[in-house]
Amino acid sequence: MSSLKPLDYELLKQLTQKFGPSGNEIEVADFIIKQVKTIADSVQIDPLGNLIIRKRGNGTKIMIACHMDEVGIMVTHIDDQGYLYFVPVGGLRGPDLIAKRIIFKNKRIGVVCRERKKRAEDKSTGKIFIDIGVTSEAEARSIVTEGDMATLVGDFQETESHIISKALDNRIGCFLALEIFKQIHCESDLFFTFTVQEEVGARGAKTAASTIQPDLALIIDTTISYDTPNERNRTSLGHGVAIKVMDRSIVVSPKIKNWMADISSQKNIPFQWEIITTGGTDSGPVHLTQGGIPTGGIAIPVRYLHTANEIVTKTDMQSAYNLLLELLLNPYKEWQ
Amino acid sequence: MFLKDLCELNGVSGNEKAIREYIIEHIKDKVDLYRIDKIGNLIVEKKGSSANLPRVLVCAHMDEVGLLITDITSEGYLKFQPIGGIDSRILLSKKVTCGSSNIPGIIGSKAIHLLKPEERKQSLSIEELYIDVGSTSKEETEQIVKLGHYVTFSSQFERLGSELFKAKALDNRVGCAMTMEILDGKYDCDLIAAFTVQEEIGLRGSKVISNYIDADLAIVLEATEAADLKEKNQEEWIVEVGKGPACSLMDSATIYKPELITKVVATARKHNISLQFRKGTAAANDAGNIHQASKGIPTITISVPCRNIHSFSSLIAESDYENCLKLVKAILGEMSLFCPKNIKN
Repeated sequence: MSSLKPLDYELLKQLTQKFGPSGNEIEVADFIIKQVKTIADSVQIDPLGNLIIRKRGNGTKIMIACHMDEVGIMVTHIDDQGYLYFVPVGGLRGPDLIAKRIIFKNKRIGVVCRERKKRAEDKSTGKIFIDIGVTSEAEARSIVTEGDMATLVGDFQETESHIISKALDNRIGCFLALEIFKQIHCESDLFFTFTVQEEVGARGAKTAASTIQPDLALIIDTTISYDTPNERNRTSLGHGVAIKVMDRSIVVSPKIKNWMADISSQKNIPFQWEIITTGGTDSGPVHLTQGGIPTGGIAIPVRYLHTANEIVTKTDMQSAYNLLLELLLNPYKEWQ
Repeated sequence: MFLKDLCELNGVSGNEKAIREYIIEHIKDKVDLYRIDKIGNLIVEKKGSSANLPRVLVCAHMDEVGLLITDITSEGYLKFQPIGGIDSRILLSKKVTCGSSNIPGIIGSKAIHLLKPEERKQSLSIEELYIDVGSTSKEETEQIVKLGHYVTFSSQFERLGSELFKAKALDNRVGCAMTMEILDGKYDCDLIAAFTVQEEIGLRGSKVISNYIDADLAIVLEATEAADLKEKNQEEWIVEVGKGPACSLMDSATIYKPELITKVVATARKHNISLQFRKGTAAANDAGNIHQASKGIPTITISVPCRNIHSFSSLIAESDYENCLKLVKAILGEMSLFCPKNIKN
């Protein structure tokens, strides 16, 4: 294996704790720009908010894409007592949030609660709302307004082998892209693309891909780890980086996935296949852009995706880092 | 009055010709250029008074929901399928017009006398309904209506009380009428107006537009469902009729940029226009395609609140329509606020 640089998990910690629900990724983007602005050849934010950071080269034009956004909620109504009603942004279910804390951009914390039943025999479950610790509508309005978004509260916890945090989906992707960006020297013309609005349907990646028009795209994202009780059969934590075969938005070309697997094998990087039938990723719209863009996916298995407590192993992140680095050093050449 | 005329014309998704021709007839002398693309979208351009200003797209869909004839029974009744989102419960015993010669028909069903007690508790599905055009045989019906003909709700535009307008197709002839009125004005920025087709069946016209349109800002004009109904709690109202135009926050196809929403709020405040947020996030509109067009176009949606949307008797407040128009004109006059990067001089 080449260049085994230990990953800087402090950077991942900072990334996970940034505020970035879909459509509100600017805090994450600003943080990323600070990390690379002295070493980037160009930094661009497109009209939708995608951040495109270039490392120029003379070779193949490669888009390395990872999304910055995380799941969250949006306030839709403030009632006369100052309670907030909301909708999920991305794949979150209201009932899963009950008794959890959420945090707004202005750092205000709210608690998710459920309306009490009016009568004990009432079968309907009460509506879910947010309490931000105020006693009037006016007080609430001095803090939030309709349209404001909030994310889960989920501190970053690091053990020797694992990390637990909110937003590992997909700050891991941003983290690995940044770590690679700082290290990489290669022929290819690299466009590190930090996309917006993946969690609501991979919207940012669509416009970013038409802006860049790359020869090849590599998407870094997290994937469901199916190794929890009663599910021990597919992509699992600790078994290495996952190479995308398919999800609901893409079937990866055999040539691309085999190139990725061959490089993994040659460099002794542990890998597993990612085959999921639910959920799409940025790879979906990207591979359909223009006349079609050869696209591969690197996925990091994460347990309890879209919760305040996502879990990932350090070895899987290291495998993903190593694979991405090797892929960029040995780019896909068989275009036919 | 554009709005009245437009509502009373028929233009179910895929059959927007009458609407398009009416619009062209009334705007052609006020614009620099108009063309119809291959799917039927009408694209209009009006140059601004100063160079180097941003291009603004104003978009409204021309189509309305309706029905399509799928079968003629041996008795001469017409069977149909919905085009767009239609609640079958609103159809019973209503008057419709069929085909291009506007043959009147009545949506029939069993009379209450014939219903068994359990049938009275159920609502009828589309499959159980039929249109009666007063014919007595299949042959007679075939003379006047053909398979594939469109069926439109029959409903006059009229005033309800002192505040409200009642009509079919207010979704989205309000958008078309406002866009026509906007094209009558003079602006600094370059204006593109897109009157799109087939929005009600999945934003299809705007998908085509998104392949070629280029703009610095897009404003989608719509009618949106007001749920300010007696049986609903306030947090479910979405928008209220009479409380001004509604600015969208998020829907199933678009997250509107917070910084743009802030600017809409500021503009409304500056011009003393009451504004509400569209609190519901279900459903989608042409913004879904437009904001993802090419390199991305910053997009806002401003809607006129509409009760009983997608029915024979949709209701809007005249004041909401007027204020919505006023707000959009105000936004067009605030380009240094909305597109600061594109102001080159």
